[in-house]
Formats: sequence, C-alpha cells, structure tokens
Amino acid sequence: MRVATWMERSELQLRGLTPFAFTLLMVLAGAVPWHLPNFAPVTPAFAAMAIYYWSIYRPDKLPYAATFSLGLLHDLLTGTPLGISALVYLLVQGVLNSQRTFFHGKPFLVVWWGFSLVMPGMALVSWIIASLYFNTLLPAMPFVIQAVLTVLLYPLFGLLLSALHRHMVRGA
Amino acid sequence: MRAYRGRALLLALPLKSVIQRFAFALLVGAAITVMILSRAEPRLVDNLRGAVSDAAAPILEFFSHPAASFADLVEDVDAVLVVHEQNSLLEKENAALLKWQSVAAQMSRENEELRRMLHVVPDPEASFVTARVISDSGGPFVRTVLINAGKKDRVRKGQAVINSEGLTGRVVSAGQHSARILLLTDLNSRIPVVVEASRERAVLAGDNTPHPRLEFLAVDARVNVGDRIVTSGQGGIFPPGLPVGVVSMVAEERALVQPYVNWDRLEHVTVLDYTLPGFLPETKRAGRIGALR
Repeated sequence: MRVATWMERSELQLRGLTPFAFTLLMVLAGAVPWHLPNFAPVTPAFAAMAIYYWSIYRPDKLPYAATFSLGLLHDLLTGTPLGISALVYLLVQGVLNSQRTFFHGKPFLVVWWGFSLVMPGMALVSWIIASLYFNTLLPAMPFVIQAVLTVLLYPLFGLLLSALHRHMVRGA
Repeated sequence: MRAYRGRALLLALPLKSVIQRFAFALLVGAAITVMILSRAEPRLVDNLRGAVSDAAAPILEFFSHPAASFADLVEDVDAVLVVHEQNSLLEKENAALLKWQSVAAQMSRENEELRRMLHVVPDPEASFVTARVISDSGGPFVRTVLINAGKKDRVRKGQAVINSEGLTGRVVSAGQHSARILLLTDLNSRIPVVVEASRERAVLAGDNTPHPRLEFLAVDARVNVGDRIVTSGQGGIFPPGLPVGVVSMVAEERALVQPYVNWDRLEHVTVLDYTLPGFLPETKRAGRIGALR
C-alpha cells in the first residue's frame, strides 16, 4: 500500500473543509448589501440552506461548534442580537441530526419538502426569541416572507451544494 | 485484531453520540447565555462587535462591490426603459429649479444681511465623513448597516448619519475602521423631530416597519398628511432642520412618517460631526434620553 504524500493528505483535509467554507460564504452573502428593492429585511437565510444540506449529508464536516460560531459571526456582522442565529442554526442542526437518515438516498423533491417544513419552524422560533429579546412583538411579515423566499431558492442552492459535494467526494 | 476493533467501535459509537449530545446541549446553553449577556451588558458586546466588524470590513467591502454593480446593472436596464419619459420630466423640473435657484440665492444674501444686522449667534458648522455601506441587516431582526469608517475617521457613537435624501439614522457603535448605523426605521431608534409647518415637537420612533411613527405629540397637535418632518435638534446630538420625511398617515391616535431615504439604494452615507460649543460631553449630560445613548 502506498502511503499518501503530504500534498495528498493536505488536499484531502482542504476538501474536508468545504462544508464549513461554503457555509461561511453563505453567512457573508447574508450580510452584504444587495441593494434590491425591499430586500434587506427579507434577505433569504442563505446559511440555513447550507446548514440543512450538510447536516443531512456530511454532519461530520460541520460539527455543532462550527455551526455555533458561524451563527455568532452572522449576528456580529448583521447587528442581530448576539446569540439568536447561533441558537436557531443549532436547533435546525439538532432536529436534522435525529431525522437525517430518513433523507438518505431520497430524491431531491423529498429533501426540498423537508426544508419547506424546517424553514417555517425556524422562522417561528426566530420570531418568538426576537420578540422575547426586544420585549415587544416584532412585525411577523418579514419573517414569513424570508421563509418563503428561502424555500423557493433552495433548489438552486441544492444543485450547487450537491455539485460541490460530488467534487468533494471525488477527491476523497 | 478485527474482533477487538469491532468491540471498540461498539463502545465508541454510543460514546460519540453521547459526546455530541453533550456538545449540543452545551452550545445551546452558551447561545442563550450570550443572548442574555448581550441584553444585560450591551457595552461588552459592542466592543466585540466593533472588533469583528473591523476584521471583516475588508472582506465585506470586497463582496459589496460586485453586489453593488449587480444592482447598478438592474438599475441601468430599468433606466433605459424610461429614459425618454424621464428626460422630458427632468427638463421641466430643471426649468422650475433654475427659477428657485435664483430665488434661493437672493434669499440667502438677504438672510445673511439680516442676521448680521441682528447679531445672530451662528450655528456651529458640522464637519462630516462620507463612507460606504458594506453590510446590511440581512434579516428580519434589526434595521442597521455597517459602514467602512470608524474611530480613525473621527466617527463616534451617537453622531447623526444622512445621505443626499435625508436623515438615515445614527451611529450606535464604532470600531477603528467600521461603524454600525441604526437606521431610523429600527425598533430601537428614537429621534427628536418637529413638524416643519406647525412646529409641533415629537419623537420619531421606529418599529422595524418602513413607516416609523410620531410619539409624544401634544394632544391638540395639528399634523396633516404631507407635512414635512425635520430634526428638532433637541438634545444637541443632531443638528436641527435635517429633513427626515413626510407624514404619510394620520389616524385617531397615531401618525406615521414616510422617510425620504430610499433604503434600497443606500450605498454611501455621510456621518455628521456636530457638537454645540460649550456643550457637555454626552456622558456628563443630565437628563439623557435613554434611546440616544
């Protein structure tokens, strides 16, 4: 048996970082100003899509600690009360960890359907936590629109994510 | 060897899941603790925010350029479609404005002369810094933006932020190279304003909707739809007379305001450095309005 060279090993490790790196990119995408009409309050939860995908297929490459720190980063960059996104992302991952084997080998439509159940739950929990935090009822409409937008955008990102995933596996 | 490994796996797998569950519970607890801490000790979190924003500013700036050029492209296509119509509209408007320009020049000369005759104490001149918006609130929780100017550029907490259209908000925290602006539509924004025509004082309170409301209006206040709202300058934080918006709705017990600023096109903003001469620094002032801190 041939021993892997240093180059090969480090390349493997780099590929293993893909889930984290992509989710980080999605956190940044959520923070940049898009300058689209009425977009800022309903910016899709890009990071949630990535966390959903990797929690199903490669939970080993996106541990809870990584999700937690990405959530904190999102809160710090966007001015969201610190800890809200960290908590919500963790809950999404926690729920999926108990259900993920159900999605293995299922067609894309089933995975999308799963996301369309997770996202409203996430919006509801976010709204409740934020309303408690600010001690007032926040307007609920942006949360609803954000959830709908995110669910509608999921197929696009699902394609991108599975392409990335294939690339990652091919190298391994 | 194989049997041993099998047994080890049998032991390791549940152990791994126990550790995972423990990590999950621990991190959920940590998130909740951080949330409570940020509520109780906002100063602590402010510093952390400043540091992280400073570190992320170059990256966000890099990403904000393509996003802005994408938006410009959309706008360009939009503009080409209405160019003729807009041109004739602008020509008409230009003619009207030229007339107003000569009126304004005359008024300003006259005003200056009268002020000199009356020995009026001049308002302090506000110096300013213009910066680029590099991050958005990106979600339904808050209405804030991050700009690429900070303490190094003499941006400080509490300063008023405007753009060419009107008042945008105020600085809530400043790092070395970046600062966070609380937009006037945010839930926590409170700005002393005055109805320009009737001089009725009020506080403009944001509630995360596009239409902040007028609070603390006098019971018999005369406010009509279309009235201009400007800053009152009370509290000495904001210069008086900055345009804020127009009253868009008046009902039994509330009045809503449509701000002048177009939030979608917020690319550059100007931070005003305005201090009244002989005014105590913010920390030593009595009767601070909580929301202004």
